Amino acid sequence: MAHGVRVLCALALALVSGLALAQDGPAKKDGAGDPTAVSEDSGKWFDAGGNPTFKVEEDGTVDWYTYSGFRRYHAECHVCHGPAGDGSTYAPALTKSLRAISYTDFMDVVVNGRTNVSSAQENVMPAFGTNPNVMCYLDDIYIYLRARANGAVDRVRPPKRADKPDAFTEAEAACMGH
Amino acid sequence: MRRFTIAALAGVASFVTVAASANEELAKMAENPKNWVMPTGDFANTRYSALDQITAENVDRLQVAWTFSTGVLRGHEGGPLIIDGVMYVHTPFPNNVYALDLNNDGRILWRYEPRQDPSVIPVMCCDTVNRGVAYGDGKIILNQADTTVVALDAKTGEVVWTAKNGDPSKGETATAAPFVVKDKVLIGISGAEFGVRGHMTAYNLSDGKIAWRAYSVGPDEEMLVDPEKTTELGKPIGKDSSLNSWEGDQWKIGGGTTWGWTSYDPELNLIYYGTGNPSTWNPSQRPGDNKYSMTIFARDPDTGQAKWLYQMTPHDEWDYDGVNEMILADLDFDGAQRKALVHMDRNGFGYTLDRETGELLVAKKYDPVVNWATEVDMDKNSPTYGRPKVDPKYSTHQAGEDTNVTGICPAALGSKDQQPGSYSPDTGLFYIPTNHVCMDYEPYRVSYTAGQPYVGATLSMYPPKGENRMGNFIAWDATKGEIVWSVPEQFSVWSGALSTKGGVVFYGTLEGYLKAVDAKTGKELYKFKTPSGIIGNVTTYEHDGKQYVAVLSGVGGWAGIGLAAGLTEPTAGLGAVGGYAALSDYTALGGQLTVFGLPDQVTSAN
Repeated sequence: MAHGVRVLCALALALVSGLALAQDGPAKKDGAGDPTAVSEDSGKWFDAGGNPTFKVEEDGTVDWYTYSGFRRYHAECHVCHGPAGDGSTYAPALTKSLRAISYTDFMDVVVNGRTNVSSAQENVMPAFGTNPNVMCYLDDIYIYLRARANGAVDRVRPPKRADKPDAFTEAEAACMGH
Repeated sequence: MRRFTIAALAGVASFVTVAASANEELAKMAENPKNWVMPTGDFANTRYSALDQITAENVDRLQVAWTFSTGVLRGHEGGPLIIDGVMYVHTPFPNNVYALDLNNDGRILWRYEPRQDPSVIPVMCCDTVNRGVAYGDGKIILNQADTTVVALDAKTGEVVWTAKNGDPSKGETATAAPFVVKDKVLIGISGAEFGVRGHMTAYNLSDGKIAWRAYSVGPDEEMLVDPEKTTELGKPIGKDSSLNSWEGDQWKIGGGTTWGWTSYDPELNLIYYGTGNPSTWNPSQRPGDNKYSMTIFARDPDTGQAKWLYQMTPHDEWDYDGVNEMILADLDFDGAQRKALVHMDRNGFGYTLDRETGELLVAKKYDPVVNWATEVDMDKNSPTYGRPKVDPKYSTHQAGEDTNVTGICPAALGSKDQQPGSYSPDTGLFYIPTNHVCMDYEPYRVSYTAGQPYVGATLSMYPPKGENRMGNFIAWDATKGEIVWSVPEQFSVWSGALSTKGGVVFYGTLEGYLKAVDAKTGKELYKFKTPSGIIGNVTTYEHDGKQYVAVLSGVGGWAGIGLAAGLTEPTAGLGAVGGYAALSDYTALGGQLTVFGLPDQVTSAN
């Protein structure tokens, strides 16, 4: 049995690395699990584990939330984390972070911040819990970065997007208070 | 002077007013080219040195004399001061200061290591840079990230006084170098990306008490302007000119921060500096001219009162801060000498003004790709005199919220950022480090929360269409408004320039090269690759009969955000041509001072 398990593992590894090498599609695992979109609620997509996720059509059209996340990321986050989540000289590349951290970990760090100060580095993530420009778009930013982490969208502005869902407009107005 | 230092050393608070003595001392010290007594070299911000041991003929023999690690990894802007055999080196956050004994192989005489709350780090928009310390009245003045202003005894490093210039919990931070003038030190503030209302504040050098504070936006009395006597382009600005240019009380979170450089004309008794962007970056959310963001101010250093001002980019729609240095030079206009102020703005126009009256003499593009405005209206009889003629195609306000405007040049980085240029009286030319970058800009509605980013626009930046380089180092004729020569660089030139009587101009590059070029032609004469990308300013001094050139390496700053992450990566969607790669392929983090000199056999042969 033990031998059999090992063979299976080796096979699985081979499959995963084969996928990664081929680069013909998104890797099927990140910090929140398999990002494949399986269900939809008013234009927002979720994976099998119930985490928000991206949906990119064959013609490159991205879901509204991925697009919205692109915009919000490049206003609120990119001054530290660099264009397209690729990192800067002083903040980590979130395209890499999201391959390791879960949806709830992500929420926790954005809401509460994180301090990582030592003699070698002074990395401090502020708490955005009181900032509506971030909090009202937390899922959007997560979905965009998840798409980036999985290679589903390019570094540039998504060229084609789904229309803005009415549910988004309503939620946005309620959250932002205008 | 000495008596005061001893009194301070003994911990006795001194209330003796030093009057103009600090100023006279500093002016005299700046005349000695062996020293480098203020970050921009002199009151006029020329960054020119009369040292001439290193020449266009022998600079190719330059070699590294010694190096010093700062122990800090973040972006290293600014440069050291050299005063009577002691070099003062500053670092980014945590803003350490080292005094190095040049008479003793750079032994550390003292070090100052402030304890600052690390929560200030993430409220600094674009890395934890600091542009250097200032000297005056026997003290080294440091403008810490958390807005604590510290006066250190130059001999011992002991704290003489401290002052608090702002509140980081509201996003108020500090990056600018202090500027000593007369018996005061001028301190700027950063944080327009957090809705900070900018001001310039003068502290007494003697005791750190506030002498005056002049806001960039708001009521006349808080801006220290006189509606009748303060002029813009020759006309009184009138009552409530700032308040009338904002909707409601938006000016209270209106930006106009003062994070650049200051210069001073002792004869006219005027200081000059520029203000930054209005907050937010979404122009539709703040209708009006947003006065006086993006403005050159000329003020009386004794009272803070503004004599004249000039808003370069009314109602900014692109983040073209007006904080870049004002270089003061007397220039020849068809045989007539003018007391000029030369300012290469983020918006891509090189301005020459009469620094006595604020009259606009020249406003020309210093990068041909600049397209957001066709020109600046120079017709004195025009109702839009002095205003840029905005091309509607690149107006992010006219396009409106949630619309992505593409192909705007320059990018928000500006055709040039804070990295200061240099003026050589020998050639009459201005040497300007520039960015050659364009952008897409999409504004949208944001809400203000104290201490939180207040940006409101999505940006992507890339080289101009069809080009694969992102910087130039240019020589500028400020009387004609023309580029005399231009040296292409792969990345933005984010390092302050130095020109010398030896006919050499120095600057650093983001890959980490210190370069020396011929002041007349721009021909490259020397280059050396330092351990990390250079965003610091080049400095020169003389010690024991030998001329040295010093520069801080340590990639970061706003350049580090975009470029280190691969801003230049070719992408089909952006139309940039391929064949070049991210800055991270060339350099990595690391703070180091590198000091260059000629070999002894060259200097002794001179």
